[in-house]
Amino acid sequence: MATERKIRVLLAKPGLDGHDRGIKVLALALRDAGIEVIYTGLRQMPEQIVAAAIQEDVDVVGLSCLSGAHNYLFPRVVELLREQGAHDILVIGGGIIPDSDIPELKAKGTQEIFGPGSSTADIVRYIKEHAPRKS
Amino acid sequence: MDLVKRMLAGDQRALARLISHVERNSREVPAIMQCVYPALGAGYCVGITGPPGAGKSTVTDKLTACARQQGKTVGIVAVDPSSPFSGGAVLGDRIRMQQHYLDAGVFIRSMATRGSHGGLPQTAKGVVKLLEAFGKELILVETVGVGQTELDIVETADTTVVILVPEAGDTIQAMKAGLMEIADIFVINKADRDGAERMLTELRLLMHLHPKYDWWEVPVLATQAHKDIGITELSEAIATHRRTLEAAGQLQMRRRAHRRKELLELLQHRLLQDLLAQLEQHDTLQELVEQVQDAIVDPYTAAQRILAVKKGDADGTY
Repeated sequence: MATERKIRVLLAKPGLDGHDRGIKVLALALRDAGIEVIYTGLRQMPEQIVAAAIQEDVDVVGLSCLSGAHNYLFPRVVELLREQGAHDILVIGGGIIPDSDIPELKAKGTQEIFGPGSSTADIVRYIKEHAPRKS
Repeated sequence: MDLVKRMLAGDQRALARLISHVERNSREVPAIMQCVYPALGAGYCVGITGPPGAGKSTVTDKLTACARQQGKTVGIVAVDPSSPFSGGAVLGDRIRMQQHYLDAGVFIRSMATRGSHGGLPQTAKGVVKLLEAFGKELILVETVGVGQTELDIVETADTTVVILVPEAGDTIQAMKAGLMEIADIFVINKADRDGAERMLTELRLLMHLHPKYDWWEVPVLATQAHKDIGITELSEAIATHRRTLEAAGQLQMRRRAHRRKELLELLQHRLLQDLLAQLEQHDTLQELVEQVQDAIVDPYTAAQRILAVKKGDADGTY
């Protein structure tokens, strides 16, 4: 008898951010919404994030970048996921992302951006509505 | 099964997908496990358990580094609790093992307990088997932070390592049943803290005065895992335990016991599912359930009648 499916989300900090208070708050909000959250830690290379995402068979990868390197790092994670055949993992991002950067990030595969002031409730709702239903 | 074939050929993503199947007990699981069974036998499973904050993840990380230096491939199952309120979880063990993220010889999977109360999810055994079939020679299973009675790990591990901190108490604590009985090896981590020396001495004395086995005296080791102190000794103790188990014929005995338990659990689960399905289709039995709920019939009488009907069905006499 199959048990109820859980959404698994990998939260990652690519690049050289110094603190992770925000992503930890998000992790708790996701936990309280019934989601299984894996947090990879600070200062991750895209390769490390993708390796973890594959092993953990997550539905969603949430990237947070506060130090401005998102235009390289977010698309790089998407690219590496696709190289590994993981086209079905939803990639979303947050942190300090100027509005003007959002269209290009989306064009390159980060499906939604939740910048400063985003509510965790909105993020939870988005994930629950858009996380892929894997077979 | 195509996914199993790809996994056996070394595809990590296929392995991860199969683990997800087992984790949620999907309909494909029996077919998966049947396919995987012939590939089992070459792995060795070490359980790492102990109270929250003792340093299980750090020890797991360091033991993995040790094993990699010896050329062994490693599979890690790292378990954290599911929320009893929301069903969600923060799986925060992998974060202590970052040095291994890019090593193709190490596969790390985080799991939530999803309702199990013994320190491991019910599906952990199946995941260990998948890692073994994938070719991992050493499989480390890290339980949640346990108290005195969450002892599921002994049904999965070949060697069980119990990690304590120096503040874990005195000799009376060490005499209590449960966690203190399941160790094949004790580790006192954070051994630079006050009380470590005394605990080491008292626990060693206890293990010596009251040995659990006549073929193995449980060693008590001191480590400071985050500083890499004592890890080589722990790795050697595990290897010695394995050799001793094999020489004494105990490894076979343990694994036979594990397999029997697994079969019985599977049967128990299946039989219950069958019975519940039958209850729903059988009007008289449904009525009986209602009567129990309304306190008209006691559950013992109801159970007898239900089982009699089930037996009657089976004999074809009903």
